[in-house]
Amino acid sequence: MKNNNTKIQVMDAQAVDNALKRMAHEIVERNQDASAIAIVGIRTRGEYLAERLSLALERITGNTLTRGVLDITLYRDDLMISDSQPVVRETDLSFDVSTKHIVLVDDVLYTGRTIRAALDAFIDFGRPKSIQLAILVDRGHRELPIRADYVGKNIPTSATQVVRVKLKEKDGVDEVCVFDGDLA
Amino acid sequence: MSRWGQKDLLGLEYLTGEQIEHILLTADSFKEVSTRGVKKVPALRGKTVVNLFYEPSTRTRISFEIAAKRLSADVINIETETSSIRKGETLIDTGLNIQALKADIIVVRHNASGAAAMLARRVDISVINAGDGWHEHPTQALLDIFTIRQRLGRIQGLNISIVGDIAHSRVARSNIWGLTKLGARVTVCAPKMLIPPGIEKMGVRITDKIDNAIQEADAINVLRMQFERDKTTAFPKQLEYFKNFAVTEERLKRAKKDIIVMHPGPINRGIEISSEVADGCRSVILEQVTNGIAVRMAVLFLAWQGRRGL
Repeated sequence: MKNNNTKIQVMDAQAVDNALKRMAHEIVERNQDASAIAIVGIRTRGEYLAERLSLALERITGNTLTRGVLDITLYRDDLMISDSQPVVRETDLSFDVSTKHIVLVDDVLYTGRTIRAALDAFIDFGRPKSIQLAILVDRGHRELPIRADYVGKNIPTSATQVVRVKLKEKDGVDEVCVFDGDLA
Repeated sequence: MSRWGQKDLLGLEYLTGEQIEHILLTADSFKEVSTRGVKKVPALRGKTVVNLFYEPSTRTRISFEIAAKRLSADVINIETETSSIRKGETLIDTGLNIQALKADIIVVRHNASGAAAMLARRVDISVINAGDGWHEHPTQALLDIFTIRQRLGRIQGLNISIVGDIAHSRVARSNIWGLTKLGARVTVCAPKMLIPPGIEKMGVRITDKIDNAIQEADAINVLRMQFERDKTTAFPKQLEYFKNFAVTEERLKRAKKDIIVMHPGPINRGIEISSEVADGCRSVILEQVTNGIAVRMAVLFLAWQGRRGL
């Protein structure tokens, strides 16, 4: 496999932390009643970002927030054509979604297909009051009419580039990098 | 995690411990789907699953049907009594016709050992063995193992006893393959004429004393006595069997405090197990039934994925 990686770090740990704090303030600004919010992360890295965002929100509002985790594997539209065998993991939404404004959290917004799958999954759990989207990195190249409500950083990329988000909880380090060429 | 990469599930004998683990982990995730308000995910939407059962079945067939429907697959049940099979059509011809009808997965139960494997060799679509003669019943063993792990937290190092008609039991054989591959110590317990020769080569201990089987066990899997299979005079009579081999409250007094009691069903109350035990706090029999759905969802999903060479 070709491995011509020019790595450009576009966010370090401090930038990630600052972005999440700012997004938390934007969420509070838009949602007056914090008790009606549920923060739901999309597995895998969205789960960790959702947890950090929840903690930031709790510090600002003084309220404990409802949290959840969504696994969208079984809703992916490339399940039939994907080259890799998906690993199905558990969804944990142990609250009544119909009573909540959902803030859906993921690491990278790209084509929008992951978010489409997440919206489908939510419909199977009920009818949330609203669904808002919080994204650490928006890299563009949408293939569906989907946009984020809260964005940590917009990073213009070419379709051949790869955006890689690393988080302490999973990767041991917080950073966002853009690679030219294939990632081996 | 290992890749699955197989189009068929024919028996646990042919799987590695890692592959069994992969199925169990996938089943763990699918378990949650059955707790939702809308018990459905679109993973197999547009796919067709055919249940081809040459032997009577309630639990297994319904469980496979529910599992397939929870994955949004279309399900066709072929009743052999009302199909062309009665006109003499062979298993292979039936399978090839099902394939020509563009079905995606055949779930087959047959009274001949090896039937599922023979069918899998002849068709390109996925074949799942739902029980073939005395050979294997892999999904039953997988749900048994899943239930033990859910209740006791692990398989490695546990003592599992399988009691009953070992000779005629495909459930016993699949359980032995699966449990030993995951590191359990398995003991089989039955009257001598119901212990098949050479079974110790599968890595099990043998006893014909029920108290020995119960004493050290973390879980005991009680098999149905298949009186319909053997009419010889050597076969124990029902009362005699109950007296010497049934799992009763009295016998469980000498067991570990947190032992779990399993049964693949259907139960012969008062023959291999007392009602007190079957309905008691140690029994996980209905949990096994519930877990069967998650396990079969995982198997259907992985088999279809495997067909695509993933």
